[in-house]
Amino acid sequence: MAAVAAGPGLGSGPGDSPEEPEASERRRKAHGMLKLYYGLSEGEAAGRPTGPDPLDPTDLNGAHFDPEVYLDKLRRECPLAQLMDSETDMVRQIRALDSDMQTLVYENYNKFISATDTIRKMKNDFRKMEDEMDRLANNMAVITDFSARISATLQDRHERITKLAGVHALLRKLQFLFELPSRLTKCVELGAYGQAVRYQGRARAVLQQYQHLPSFRVIQDDCQVITARLAQQLRQRFREGGSGTPEQAECVELLLALGEPAGELCEEFLAHARGRLEDELRSLEAELGPSPPAPDILEFTDRGGSGFVGGLCQVASAYLELFEAQGPAGVEKLTAFAKDLGSRYFALVERRLAQEQGGSDNSLLVRALDRFHRRLRAPGNLLAAAGLSEAATKIVEQVARERLGHLLQSLRAAFLGCLTDVRQVLAAPRLTGKEGPGLAELLANVASSILSHIKASLAAVHLFTAKELSFSNKPYFRGEFCSLGVREGLIVAFIRSMCQTAQSFCESPGEKGSSTPPALLLLLSRLCLDYETATISYILTLADEQFLVQDQSPVTPVSTLCAEARETARRLLTHYVKVQGLVISQMLRKSVETRDWLSTLEPRNVRAVMKRVVEDTTAIDVQVGLLYEEGVRKAQSSDSSKRTFSVYSSSRQQGRYAPSYTPSAPMDTNLLSNIQKLFSERIDVFSPVEFNKVSVLTGIIKISLKTLLECVRLRTFGRFGLQQVQVDCHFLQLYLWRFVADEELVHLLLDEVVASAALRCPDPVPMEPSVVEVICERG
Amino acid sequence: MAKLCTNLYSVNSGGNKLLFDLYVARALTPQTAETDAIRFLVGTQSLKYDNQIHIIDFDDENNIINKNVLLHQVGEIWHISASPADKGVLATCYSKTSDSKVLTCAAVWRMPKELESGSHESPDDSSSTTQTLELLCYLDNTAHGNMACVTWEPMGDGKKIISLADNHILLWDLQESSSQAVLASSASLEGKGQLKFTSGRWSPHHNCTQVATANDTTLRGWDTRSMSQIYCIENAHGQLVRDLDFNPNKQYYLASCGDDCRVKFWDTRNVTEPVKTLEEHSHWVWNVRYNHSHDQLILTGSSDSRVILSNMVSISSEPFGHLVDDDDLSDQEEHHPEEKNKEALQDSVIATYEEHEDSVYAVDWSSADPWLFASLSYDGRLVVNRVPRALKYHILL
Repeated sequence: MAAVAAGPGLGSGPGDSPEEPEASERRRKAHGMLKLYYGLSEGEAAGRPTGPDPLDPTDLNGAHFDPEVYLDKLRRECPLAQLMDSETDMVRQIRALDSDMQTLVYENYNKFISATDTIRKMKNDFRKMEDEMDRLANNMAVITDFSARISATLQDRHERITKLAGVHALLRKLQFLFELPSRLTKCVELGAYGQAVRYQGRARAVLQQYQHLPSFRVIQDDCQVITARLAQQLRQRFREGGSGTPEQAECVELLLALGEPAGELCEEFLAHARGRLEDELRSLEAELGPSPPAPDILEFTDRGGSGFVGGLCQVASAYLELFEAQGPAGVEKLTAFAKDLGSRYFALVERRLAQEQGGSDNSLLVRALDRFHRRLRAPGNLLAAAGLSEAATKIVEQVARERLGHLLQSLRAAFLGCLTDVRQVLAAPRLTGKEGPGLAELLANVASSILSHIKASLAAVHLFTAKELSFSNKPYFRGEFCSLGVREGLIVAFIRSMCQTAQSFCESPGEKGSSTPPALLLLLSRLCLDYETATISYILTLADEQFLVQDQSPVTPVSTLCAEARETARRLLTHYVKVQGLVISQMLRKSVETRDWLSTLEPRNVRAVMKRVVEDTTAIDVQVGLLYEEGVRKAQSSDSSKRTFSVYSSSRQQGRYAPSYTPSAPMDTNLLSNIQKLFSERIDVFSPVEFNKVSVLTGIIKISLKTLLECVRLRTFGRFGLQQVQVDCHFLQLYLWRFVADEELVHLLLDEVVASAALRCPDPVPMEPSVVEVICERG
Repeated sequence: MAKLCTNLYSVNSGGNKLLFDLYVARALTPQTAETDAIRFLVGTQSLKYDNQIHIIDFDDENNIINKNVLLHQVGEIWHISASPADKGVLATCYSKTSDSKVLTCAAVWRMPKELESGSHESPDDSSSTTQTLELLCYLDNTAHGNMACVTWEPMGDGKKIISLADNHILLWDLQESSSQAVLASSASLEGKGQLKFTSGRWSPHHNCTQVATANDTTLRGWDTRSMSQIYCIENAHGQLVRDLDFNPNKQYYLASCGDDCRVKFWDTRNVTEPVKTLEEHSHWVWNVRYNHSHDQLILTGSSDSRVILSNMVSISSEPFGHLVDDDDLSDQEEHHPEEKNKEALQDSVIATYEEHEDSVYAVDWSSADPWLFASLSYDGRLVVNRVPRALKYHILL
């Protein structure tokens, strides 16, 4: 049974049905993996394709197969037929197994026989090979022997050859040395200085070493003479210096290789460079010259950049390469050299830029500055210590500052120009009878022209901060230039100066025929007010937007500027009121002072001067109305008609001065004090003016009437004089109330005038109010 | 101290205002020759009644005002000035109306002896016993026109007087105890149009040989010996110059005021620019007066009804306050911090007095008390005020 079990285990039996072992193999594999998973050993499962229990003694293929048990089991379990079947089955299987075994034995026998043959053949071969190996060993021994013998024979010659080769090399060296002077001479003659210096460099050490031998000595001396000549020639070439820096640098390099003293050389090198660069500077200076028209600034900086700065760059890089060994002292020398020449170059550039200062082409200037600055970056990087870049930046900053100053100046000039234009327009006689451009139009012109100037200036300075410029990222241009320069130095300063200029019109002593036309005052006042309300913040926002101010330095706040502008506007308007008030005051004063009030005739008419006053006031009203809003009146004025007003006032007048001349003292006192109570609100004659038409007119009328009052008090009136004053005042009342904020004010002042005139009259007989009215209406 | 304080208060509170009910008044002067009592003379203006000169006594101790009235029958008084030498003598410019003509004349008067140095009678019966001024002499102006102003030689013996009449400047010698006025010399202003002097002052410096006058917008200085012009400030003010005054301690300094509402200070050696300009009033400034002893104190009166007292330290004779004696070492130590305070003191308005309800045409300092001044408005109100005590001590100490 064991053999039966081994049959399928070998799996190579030819009688085996092909499918069974394959299927069982597959199953076994799967089981094997499962068993592996469940921790069962492979060995137990081996060779047992089926059967749940490997220990089952009834399993025919199991390891623990017990025939007795099997038979028992069969006998017990199976019926006879099945037993018969299984018996035949068993017999058939046994037969198959026997035939399988026979086949196997046959095949394996054949293979064994052929293996035995092969081993016998190998034995023969090996024996043959052993013999050949022995022969080889012998031959090798013979060869070794021969070789040793040949070596011994050649030993002597080999030594001699080596010696000879050494001698040959030495001789070649010596030959080179002996030939050296002539070679050098030849090189010098041919101008192959580099070759010569290389030879010399090769020979120098040897010559130095063997100089105690007379022959070498001679060679050395010769060499030295030639070298000296060579050096001299090189120096000659170096000094002539016509050629550019590269040749010079070559010369110097050779000279250095010749062992010339480096200190001296670098001095000389710098001196030559200085000469050349100074030539450049001179040519630049010649371009600056006063007589020939200077080339445009861009061309100038280009020339300077390529000529001088390029040259300086070459010199510096050559120097640094050549005299590296010189250490910090050498660099210092170069730095001083660059500083010195640089400062001269800067002086020239500054002079040229100064010429440009008045010019208007800003973009050209900025481009020129950009090139200038850009060119100087290379030497600046090479020689940080010379501070060329910094100096260049400084110059650019300086130019930018000056540019700002210049722009401020031109803005101021533009403003003054505007004013002059306005003056001319105002002064121009109105030929056609029609007014020229109205005040409002003039104002708009001035405002827009100033605004456009400001914008142009901003655009001009904006070029300085363009991103692509080499200097735009310098801290000055990022911060200070924007905030202190543009915002403060240009815009704020201009607005301030505008305010100052405007205020200066107020300062002018109020001489008679003061030179500033009142309309200009009015216009400027409105301009300043407009600035206060809108334009300043607009301009500043514009500036802040264009120049993103990163600098945190304190800037003038909009409110301060606005307050200044407002103050200016207020002062101008106040001055306008004073000037216009003065004009009317003078008229009134002259009219009171020059008349003989004692011997005047009974009034028939309103005096012409009063009509003139009303006319002028109306004209002023129109003028102010062009620029300023109406303003607020006291409510009462709206419904008080002329008629009620005049009745009221004349009755009041009568009440006032008639009893005041009765001798009864107590009543008089009462009345006086009553009237004084009316005055409890003191009239500030030159009080500050508000920005509206009514306030302006009120101011002017106040000034005029107060003057009238004071003048009347200085005169003595006859009866008719008093009556004339009465008529005049009534006339003024009729026409002036409409202009003022509080008509009560006009009443009070005119009442006071009439009362004062009555006081100044020895014979005060007032005119009948009805008559006064008639005269006034007629006139 | 406490008493001074109450004085100050009651004076300012209106306790000592005088109302000349029937009269308006423009003329005010201290009694210059009086150095003990505080006394002012006020001249009235009335076309209907006899004009009066009121002698106002201010009793500093009791804070009472006494007044005596003298009749001035010749006409309304436009200007009044008291003799610096004789308490009883004064000069007035007055106008009289005759034949529908107004003529302004000037005369020198003597007041009754008993009124010269204060009243001893009670104020209530003054009306019954009104006394009259004694005429000493007229300043004859028939050839010269209307008198604008009369000014006495400030340091002299009361013998010399200058009057301004239209465009003439007239120097008079008072002879035979002022009973006769002899025209010593005169000069006149020639020019386009009608030139009229408005005001004039006699300088106390240079041995009293200089007089300054104002006409229109121009200030002129005159030498009284040759009656020739020394300097001329054209366009000193934008408009008419109303008044001027000399700094009593600095000989070249002079203040002027006018219709342009400004007070200007001049150095007569440089007449192109004013040294300083004040612009505090809101209407014509009619009067400007230096304090007689402390020239930083400037008093101005204006037709805006305000009186303003200013402290012009920077251009005064004591720009750094009172100088301390160097040898007084202990004092100096005490004063040291104060010195600094004084240096910090700026030109400023000390006070604005608003008691008046009508235009103020005259202000003046008392001749007796340097800390006291009077102001007179058109409605006849006279107000006596004091320099604020704090400032007074600041100046003194």
